[in-house]
Amino acid sequence: MRAYTPKNDVQQKSYYNDRFYVTPTLEKQSVYNDSTLSSDYIGFNNAFTVNDAYIELDHLVLIINPEDNVNAIEYLKTYRGYDMMMELTAVDYVASKGGFEIVYELLSTTKRRRIRVKAFINNGDAINSVEGIFRMANFSEREMFDMYGIYVNNHSYLKRILMPDDWQGHPLLKTYPLQGDEAASWYEVDKIFGKDARDVIGPELRDAACVDRYDTERFARLGHEVPFGAEISEGNEPDTPIQYQEEGGVKLFGATLVTPFDKLEKTQLKERK
Amino acid sequence: MQVTNRLKPFFENITFEREDNTMVVNFGPQHPSAHGQLRLILELQGEEVMKAYPDIGYLHRGIEKMGENMIYNEFLPTTDRMDYIAATSNNYGYALAIEKLIGVEAPRRAEVIRTMLLELNRIISHLFWLATHALDVGAMSVFLYCFREREFAMDLMEDYCGARLTHSAVRIGGVPLDLPENWTNDLEKFLKIFEEQIGIYEGLLTENRIWKMRLENVGILSPEMAKSWAVTGPALRGSNVKWDLRKEMPYGIYPELDFNIPISDKCDSYGRYKCYMAEMYESIKILRQLVPMYEESDTQLMAHAPEYISATKEEMMTQNYSLMQHFVLVTQGMRPPVGEVYVATESPKGELGFYIVSDGSPYPYKLKCRAPSFWHTGLLQDILPGHQLADVVTIIGNLNIVFGEIDR
Repeated sequence: MRAYTPKNDVQQKSYYNDRFYVTPTLEKQSVYNDSTLSSDYIGFNNAFTVNDAYIELDHLVLIINPEDNVNAIEYLKTYRGYDMMMELTAVDYVASKGGFEIVYELLSTTKRRRIRVKAFINNGDAINSVEGIFRMANFSEREMFDMYGIYVNNHSYLKRILMPDDWQGHPLLKTYPLQGDEAASWYEVDKIFGKDARDVIGPELRDAACVDRYDTERFARLGHEVPFGAEISEGNEPDTPIQYQEEGGVKLFGATLVTPFDKLEKTQLKERK
Repeated sequence: MQVTNRLKPFFENITFEREDNTMVVNFGPQHPSAHGQLRLILELQGEEVMKAYPDIGYLHRGIEKMGENMIYNEFLPTTDRMDYIAATSNNYGYALAIEKLIGVEAPRRAEVIRTMLLELNRIISHLFWLATHALDVGAMSVFLYCFREREFAMDLMEDYCGARLTHSAVRIGGVPLDLPENWTNDLEKFLKIFEEQIGIYEGLLTENRIWKMRLENVGILSPEMAKSWAVTGPALRGSNVKWDLRKEMPYGIYPELDFNIPISDKCDSYGRYKCYMAEMYESIKILRQLVPMYEESDTQLMAHAPEYISATKEEMMTQNYSLMQHFVLVTQGMRPPVGEVYVATESPKGELGFYIVSDGSPYPYKLKCRAPSFWHTGLLQDILPGHQLADVVTIIGNLNIVFGEIDR
């Protein structure tokens, strides 16, 4: 029987898994291991619901409710000195948990500490924008919307940022196919030349390493040059050995401009000038 | 956002229906001063910019998507293509993130070599910045001088790893090769020439009336705005914020090195220019300190962690299990522990971070590259209004944006 491949996660998977291999997990330390971070945690915990909190690789990780996100980040900025937001992104857990985890990566330049605030939203839910607190969210939330299709409320200009505006689908979703589908292979032809040109141009070439030795229009034949567009596929491939114009040296008005290279006569520099 | 359907197709150009006499100029994406594929839609009143809207994505290659579908070692050469002016800093940032995730530390000699490459790359990157920025502002000869010295630095890179632009000279767990013979001597020679040459660039620019007129009080970036926009690197330090990860949250062997963080309280393009120039001197200082550190170090180049990192060639050729494990690591890939990691390093442009979520499989569950230039571009919409059209070019050049890492 063929192995079942789930349709909600079409990403690359390892082809072999040892049944007896136990995957290790990073140690999640108690928040009280670091005095600075623990005071931040205690203050934060009094103001908001914290679903989970731990220290993972020097980061304080706070898992909060998604409706608290704006207030929580404002609190961390104004009262806890986390004055920069370094990263804002989402992680796709639609296949396993039915939603996304929104990740806010904060940095305090005064305390030299980093906090990661995470909130889980269900697939299809929107999240409130933190653009009013950190302007960098203007670009980040647009990128998150573009890559995951997560709508952001109160964003000043929620629009695709990296992909073309009329693109279908959101590339970083786990359901997004790794090979472009039929429509994507015609995207550029339709867009630039129109659908009528499909027969003339053909679909997008997906194999980036493809070289057609008989295609004299699109591929250069270095050392075996033939005229552009010459028909050579029917066994009439000419034998054109490499010839250099300068082989016997170059002469200009009788004087020798370039002398042919002589290995015995020439010396090579021992070290760079 | 436009709602599109079959009857109402999408319009590429934004329609501006207005009664005032502003003009909309489409700057890029093929403009030579746009430093890559930046499309900037500017609304002008006379020559004054009223509104600016940066449109990016013309170089989007889906590097994060590729990363999620490659084994960890396979992705490393792809990181070169992010900030292609300073490829080693990308390689290093990625390798460091994975090393932190798997709990491995690179041997000392590898760390010294990496830091040498990083600082050399910082010089290459800053020289490229100075060259193109000066060219944009109109100082053609500086461009030629900078590129000459940059060639020498790239020759050193080539001597080490064979590549000039996309090095991939760092591996997860160390470096693949030791420095070639006489490399440190060549480095010292280069540093001597280069130190003299920076003086010449500064002589051409620092007190130059035209240069000062074009840069002073242009692109004023307040510390609050810089922090709000997550601006990092020389742009943040030019805004009077003393923040350099090499010093403030150090990694590798940076705690042992003696160097200063240049800052400027001018908050304008000229202040940032001064920071860049001073940083090149600091890189020279660091490189000079690294040479004796290299000579004193032990010869081990790759960390010993058989579960994650292939053994040395010698071990592989003599011990059966090393070879078998190497096959497993190459064909299936390493399986880091389940967890999340965010590691930030100071690249020439700013904070380069890698946020990696591992689910224990050989492929990262989520890989996000935090590229500094992304927000430096976003900043344009706030910083450009109020400036003259000619200053737009200065500001774009001065912020040192590289599109490989903006669009990823």
